Amino acid sequence: MITYEPIIGLEIHAELMSKSKMFCGCKVVDSVTAPPNTAVCPVCLGMPGMLPVINRQAVEFSIKVAIALNCDVQHHNIFARKNYFYPDLAKAYQVTQYEQPIGLNGWVDIELGTGETKRIRIRRVHMEEDTGKLTHENGRSLVDYNRAGVPLLEIVSEPDIHSGEEARAYGIKIRRILRYLGVNSGDMEKGVLRVEPNISLRPMGSTTFGTRTELKNLNSFRALADGSAYEIMRQETILRAGGAVVQETRGWHDSKRITFSQRVKEEAEDYRYFDEPDLPPLFVDEEWITAVAQTLPELPDAKLARYQIEYDLSPYDAAVLADEIRVATWFETAVTVNSAITPKTIANWVINALFRLMNNAKLTIDEISITPEQLVELLGLIADQTINQNSGRKVLDEMFETGKTAVSIIESKGLTQISDEDALAAIVAQLLADNADSVAAYCGGNKKVRGFLIGQVMRATKGKANPRLVNDLLTKALA
Amino acid sequence: MDFSTTTLTDLRDGMRAGSVSSVQATQAMLDQIAAVDGDIKSYITVSGEIALQQAAVADQRRADGDDTPLLGVPIAVKDIIAVDGVQMTAGSKILEGFVPPYDAFVVQKLKEAGAVIIGKTNTDEFAMGSSTENSAYFTTRNPHDLSRVPGGSSGGSAAAVAGGMAFGSLGSDTGGSVRQPASFCGVVGLRPTYGRVSRWGVTAFASSLDQVGTFGRTVADTTAVFQTIAGYDRRDSTSLNRPVPNYEAALTGNIKGLRVGVPAEYFVEGMDEEVETAVRTAIAHLEKLGAERVEISLPHTRYALPVYYLIAPAEASANLARYDGIRYGPRRKGENMIDAVKKTRALFGDEVKRRIMLGTYALSAGYYDAYYGRALKARTLIKNDFLTAFEQVDVIATPTAPTTAFKIGAKTDDPLGMYLADVFTLSLNLSASCGLSVPCGTDSDGLPIGLQLIGNTLQEATILNAAYAYEQSLL
Ligand SMILES: [Zn+2]
Repeated sequence: MITYEPIIGLEIHAELMSKSKMFCGCKVVDSVTAPPNTAVCPVCLGMPGMLPVINRQAVEFSIKVAIALNCDVQHHNIFARKNYFYPDLAKAYQVTQYEQPIGLNGWVDIELGTGETKRIRIRRVHMEEDTGKLTHENGRSLVDYNRAGVPLLEIVSEPDIHSGEEARAYGIKIRRILRYLGVNSGDMEKGVLRVEPNISLRPMGSTTFGTRTELKNLNSFRALADGSAYEIMRQETILRAGGAVVQETRGWHDSKRITFSQRVKEEAEDYRYFDEPDLPPLFVDEEWITAVAQTLPELPDAKLARYQIEYDLSPYDAAVLADEIRVATWFETAVTVNSAITPKTIANWVINALFRLMNNAKLTIDEISITPEQLVELLGLIADQTINQNSGRKVLDEMFETGKTAVSIIESKGLTQISDEDALAAIVAQLLADNADSVAAYCGGNKKVRGFLIGQVMRATKGKANPRLVNDLLTKALA
Repeated sequence: MDFSTTTLTDLRDGMRAGSVSSVQATQAMLDQIAAVDGDIKSYITVSGEIALQQAAVADQRRADGDDTPLLGVPIAVKDIIAVDGVQMTAGSKILEGFVPPYDAFVVQKLKEAGAVIIGKTNTDEFAMGSSTENSAYFTTRNPHDLSRVPGGSSGGSAAAVAGGMAFGSLGSDTGGSVRQPASFCGVVGLRPTYGRVSRWGVTAFASSLDQVGTFGRTVADTTAVFQTIAGYDRRDSTSLNRPVPNYEAALTGNIKGLRVGVPAEYFVEGMDEEVETAVRTAIAHLEKLGAERVEISLPHTRYALPVYYLIAPAEASANLARYDGIRYGPRRKGENMIDAVKKTRALFGDEVKRRIMLGTYALSAGYYDAYYGRALKARTLIKNDFLTAFEQVDVIATPTAPTTAFKIGAKTDDPLGMYLADVFTLSLNLSASCGLSVPCGTDSDGLPIGLQLIGNTLQEATILNAAYAYEQSLL
């Protein structure tokens, strides 16, 4: 039986979070929440005689992305007009880079489930402007041009992706890089990041491509993985039955978990591209590229490697902390506070304690009141045995709730650990006398009773007993 | 003071001397419009009330000691150039009633210079034409002979100046639309170098060819208006960030040693003999004034017309695609959204539709290389012709148009014949040169003939001074 090889290429559209639009002075607003047509002007409405001026910040953002995606940044940039009629396209042409884009021949490495990495080549990165939004309701069509002219970056991969999961890993990687660079929020629900795979199948070993379909309306990476997997399965079923795949655009139905035909492409659309006469070629010189390169943060892959080597973190912990630049920055700040507290300890507390609190409260790292310095102060108090681990967790809970410091919480609650050996020995002796049955059971071979006894000591001390000391004292007493 | 023959510079002197006010001059223009524009039809919109207010403000400013370059001077603006708060039709039904909420850069400059904006003048629809007969509103008539066209597309602006209804005016020149009507109406018309004047707020026909130009009854008048609108504008990325010379001071009348090139390709068989004679006489006159005549060649001239009629419509097909009635302008009802857009776009006139079709075809897949792509290459050859010529000469002298003003209706069924009216002007738009038309006599019917003087990139001062020397020597 023939085995089919899925071939997937991804087009990612990322709106850039520049202050103003690509070619006019309008503010870039949240197009989901902003009242319709409140961030518009004669330029982005395509009024007669209005002309575009290239937004320097948007170009810089684009250069950043091109560098981060290992592209050759192009010096000679040309904008073109892509002509088509649609009510959300104010000028009836989109200004976009066609023949000479800002970035060519890049790549990113993605992590596969197996722990291996795989390199996905990036064909091009180009600048363009977004369109408005058309909605239909009650037999009317409404257009909102707030999004019209928002800078948009299109990132086109080579067809190096072979499964829905690889597509997902690639998408996540690109999103992480964009967020690291601070050029895109990565919010797929709001459509500021849009991912469109084109998918085809070919017999394994074949060098020509099969007929492809393009998937749209994927508003999460889960949808990207599942939609792609569904499409691969659908095409395979067709091919196995001797049928032919139709070249078309298909939508992903998130609740039914199927793809459906949206638009059949009978012939290639003719966009009549030609150089935008209102914009002379944009020259990006080496000096500019170098200056932008210097503003780049440490990128996710480099951070991941450094966390493992320099901080001795597990690959998992490193990945969790490096996923988001704000978390990584928070963590790295904490690492610098007190050299006696190891990065590993901090990582454990952030991942196991702090993230749990953040998840429960639905807060991001930017929104919590605990500072890296405050967390490390708490860890210092545990390290010098002022309090024990368990109390530490409780103190952290309270710090998270109230914003108070560890010291003040420990003082007000009297949580200081009991490390006085004589005092503890007295408590242990009293307990053993009160629980003669348990002691007998222990001596009779029921080792589980030891845990019960420790619990009793902790209860008697309101959890403040130094656990290591209690352990030692019990061992001695029961010997 | 007979305002209909007073020059802009005389008016300015009079206002400076206190012998005449802006309100008087403006009222005189409005009176003249009331008297003759019913026949000539140069204006689509006369904004008389606003003009009189601006005039009163100008007079007050002058009384307060202000003296900006065009303070109180009534100027007309082609209806393709935006004036904030005043209807801009671009000569088309598709923009009927459209009021732009912005001033074009050139209008802003006029206002800063203190000018009074009298109104908006007639034009071929979206500046596509050579006679104003393609205006969706009416045809402007030539003040010298009401049975004839004023030329186009800026025919309204040329006729307004020739008819004493403005002291100067703005036009736009994509293929000759300032120079050719200047020639037909017997006024001076300047088409500056591409990028010398900002296109911000100027309704686009062909973006890489469009440039605002100025009309005046004299070279000095034309220069005075040009002086105020020239300059860099960051909102137009094709605008040239180069210093603006004092053009008015450059009008010395001295052209001794000026090398005047006469291209063989512009004196062709079949052209109007009276035009040829007048232009050759004018060139001989320049020699008498001290210029040196040089025979030159612009070998790729014959490609200019086909190249122009590929590039201009191609750009126009994209520039005019936005007029769908959704955001502004009239909207026709339809069965659905797409049908409504189609019905709205049916408001375009035939010539506009013809050029949109031409341009769409030239850009289409499979035809791009053969048409638009080749036209771009040929454009480079034409541009190089001029650059080569300007290594030898300072100005190039040619007829502005092959004929004098033709009868209304004479060419309306003959698009190609109409296109030929621009055969001597449109090469310049494909190049980086500047040019002007200055009256050089009349034919046996008393119709004006124009001499075209072409200058190298940003050499407006050179051609203006040459035209000034010629004009002054005839007085
Ligand atoms: Zn805008």
